Amino acid sequence: MTYIAKPKFHHPALKNNALGFTRRDYEGRISTLCAGCGHDSISAALIEACFELSIEPHRVAKLSGIGCSSKTPDYFLGQSHGFNSVHGRMPSVLTGANLANRDLIYLGVSGDGDSASIGLGQFAHCVRRGVNMVYICENNGVYGLTKGQFSATADKGSRSKTAVNSDSPIDLVSLALILGATFVARSFSGDKTQLVPLLKAAIAHQGSAVIDVVSPCVQFNNSPASTKSYDFVREHNEAVNRIDFIAPREEIRVDYAPGTVETVTQHDGSTIRLSKIAADYNPRDRVAAMTYLQSRHAAGEVVTGLLYLEDDSEDLHAHLNTVKTPLNRLDEKELCPGSKALDAINAGYR
Amino acid sequence: MREAITSTNDFVVKFANVNGSGSASANELFARCVLRMGVPVASRNIFPSNIQGLPTWYEVRVSGEGWLGRRGGVDLMVAMNPQTWDRDIAEIDTGGYLFYDSTKPLTTQKTREDITLLGVPLTQLSNTLEGTIPRERQLLKNVIYLGALSALLGFEPKVVEELIAAQFKGKDKLIGLNMKAVELGHSYATKNLAGKCRLSVKRSDKVGNRIFIGGNDAAGLGAVYGGATVCAWYPITPSTSLAEAFTAHCKKLRVDPASKENKFAIVQAEDEIAAIGIAIGAGWNGARSFTATSGPGISLMQEFFGLAYFAEIPAVVFDIQRGGPSTGMPTRTQQSDLLLAAYASHGDTKHVLLFPEDPRESFEFAAESFDLAERLQTPIFVMMDLDIGMNDWLCEPLTWDDSRAYDRGKIMTRDMLDAGKDFGRYLDVDGDAIPYRTLPGVHPTRGAYFTRGTSRDRYARYSEEGAVYVDNMQRLVRKFETAKAMVPKPVRRDAKAKARYGVIYYGSTAPAMNEALAALEARGLHLDTLRVRAFPFSDDVVDFINAHDQVFLVEQNRDAQLQKLIVNECAIDPARFISILHYDGTPITARFITGAIAERMEVTRKEAAE
Repeated sequence: MTYIAKPKFHHPALKNNALGFTRRDYEGRISTLCAGCGHDSISAALIEACFELSIEPHRVAKLSGIGCSSKTPDYFLGQSHGFNSVHGRMPSVLTGANLANRDLIYLGVSGDGDSASIGLGQFAHCVRRGVNMVYICENNGVYGLTKGQFSATADKGSRSKTAVNSDSPIDLVSLALILGATFVARSFSGDKTQLVPLLKAAIAHQGSAVIDVVSPCVQFNNSPASTKSYDFVREHNEAVNRIDFIAPREEIRVDYAPGTVETVTQHDGSTIRLSKIAADYNPRDRVAAMTYLQSRHAAGEVVTGLLYLEDDSEDLHAHLNTVKTPLNRLDEKELCPGSKALDAINAGYR
Repeated sequence: MREAITSTNDFVVKFANVNGSGSASANELFARCVLRMGVPVASRNIFPSNIQGLPTWYEVRVSGEGWLGRRGGVDLMVAMNPQTWDRDIAEIDTGGYLFYDSTKPLTTQKTREDITLLGVPLTQLSNTLEGTIPRERQLLKNVIYLGALSALLGFEPKVVEELIAAQFKGKDKLIGLNMKAVELGHSYATKNLAGKCRLSVKRSDKVGNRIFIGGNDAAGLGAVYGGATVCAWYPITPSTSLAEAFTAHCKKLRVDPASKENKFAIVQAEDEIAAIGIAIGAGWNGARSFTATSGPGISLMQEFFGLAYFAEIPAVVFDIQRGGPSTGMPTRTQQSDLLLAAYASHGDTKHVLLFPEDPRESFEFAAESFDLAERLQTPIFVMMDLDIGMNDWLCEPLTWDDSRAYDRGKIMTRDMLDAGKDFGRYLDVDGDAIPYRTLPGVHPTRGAYFTRGTSRDRYARYSEEGAVYVDNMQRLVRKFETAKAMVPKPVRRDAKAKARYGVIYYGSTAPAMNEALAALEARGLHLDTLRVRAFPFSDDVVDFINAHDQVFLVEQNRDAQLQKLIVNECAIDPARFISILHYDGTPITARFITGAIAERMEVTRKEAAE
């Protein structure tokens, strides 16, 4: 934890993106999390993803619940509005914000306590409604701010300093698949090469994109016995694919990764190139994805990569048939039927 | 046999039915017939928390004088439910009437010697309707009794015809069938019961251009007029019909004619917590948003109310109050959420409450609440109840001033930011303790801030400094003072003669209070009245209390909640008040208020005389 102000100067040769912004323009306040926290790596990946996509920082809204993960929106995209709401209720606040203005990009940042325990219901319902958002669960299996209690994603048999977890874990990725999320992925905070393209693809996706990011807690859950530790994930990671995300305006790059390559075009014209590592993995088959996850889990592996993608997804606004203009921009001329209409309405009540 | 009650345009008819039997629409038609004859009615549903098979009642008070509260007592009972026969018969006033299905003779059922029996063989008559199936005949039985009652009470036939034609507009076959049923009942009663009923409805001109509308319907329409675009709700009696009314009005009034797209977004949430979360998220992002709920929902939403109060986010909450605590009496009325709403959430909080007196004011306050929410950047509670929300009331037509612009409150725009205005989200720039806010996405480099429920400084930076926290909490108190001048003022009416006693009341007590005042005045008991319409309380409330020796406070709850709120917030001696409390779940009546006030005042008058 540090109180040193971030220096404003930067290297003159720092790269600019299409909008002329540097990476520094996507940073936030200095993190107050513990040194080595996986969450800071996720913030860095988000900065990278937004920079590479040349997103205007102020067109993003960052929403979170309560917990270590939920503090992080203060540490990236300092020019974006952020909302640190109440524990487990970020999904509803994000849903409302999204309904008010469909033109912004919504990042929902949550943790495993926030999403899998107190907020499991809200997580489920915002995913099944198809809210257009990137839902990131920074998953470390513990409650960090209250000093190391198990969360609902902790594996059965996980050990803390004082206890052994005997409850079955909740897997948010499996849940997201069942609930109808149209983009489902898992990654690891220590694997930026995988995480950044996943985040970019999720941002471009129209609909509910859920990314579970295993993010070790260096204080309370990085012991050899933990399944959410750096060592465990590195040793047991089973990546189903490596992806390369290409925004519509970018040139298509040559992919050098080994194995077969598959190009998926998303709703907005952007493409995702999947470099297959696991043989026969088809990211457009929801049922196969669930089976695959279960079988790898039984073998003690953590599957990462893009697990499911629906090409022609629809979001909540499509379901509600809302106007293209953001609702928060409509004025009385658009919204108020006026006195003449009211006279006719009165007549109907006589 | 006592003398049969004789009355024109002043009596109470109560329909005892089984819910799910299709009686509701026939009963409502009955009330509308009376209105179409220019005679005011007050109607009330008394229904169970159930869908089919349990007792339900519909009470219609016909009042040529225009009294709209519940009167109490029954002159004519339409007894259609064998389950409740005994208690229904017992409820009829001496000299009253019992209308029943006489297909089978009354042998085992109890009747009374002091009432007049009006038997019509409804089942037998319905069986003569050719080409109908049993389910239809069951429904048409209700229409047959409407026809019989229209003969007994002397409705003009064209009034019934017009209303049936309007109800089944475009379905000629149904109009024909229903009219046939009306005629069956009408001709039977004319032939067999002529002269037996001395209650009658005579054409009058006391309705004027008033409308007959329910409060939830009116509030839903008010939300449309007030510019609400986001509604999130969870089904709960008695508020469900508000969200449904908003939906229905939006479908008629808010669909873009060219694109056929909706200028609204309505989400049925997974629970009340999500409903208020959605409303707050939308309010934060600059849309006018609301939720509608009842007491149990308000309990669940507490944490979010604290967030919206502390982080200063606009939202509107309609609380259609019902009988509490816990599940309580879900289909009965009360005013028992005042304290819960006024201080909702942990920590030091205070919320703005509005108390509409009827559906018309529900419409007005609904529209106004969105201005208040954005101006004050805080949740606004519109405190209705089941009696206003779910019953049709006769009230003045709804009006709208086309020159009225929405007050979007203090929003710092891109231009203001470009002009170099200093933006501190919690900075009191104008001295009214209301800060400026920016909406997400406003400016590439200025105006962004981090909204949080944790303590922060005037520039929205996290802070646990005591002085910084206190500074902000003090500003919130000052903001509540600012609200005082913005909320609807209380309505004071003074007695003809100088009065030592005052009465304070609010919400759905109004029609019963109006009638009680007239009755008390007729007995020479003079009172000044003050109808409170909002919290925070205007100084007028304190002045009114100070101007009287004692003040009756009439409420529909057990614990005198408004009185406690006044004592608490205005530092008034509790001994100044005399509580008049009605909380059995039925709407308060003029008889109850008159009785309670007269008893107390006459004791004092006697004491003074001795």
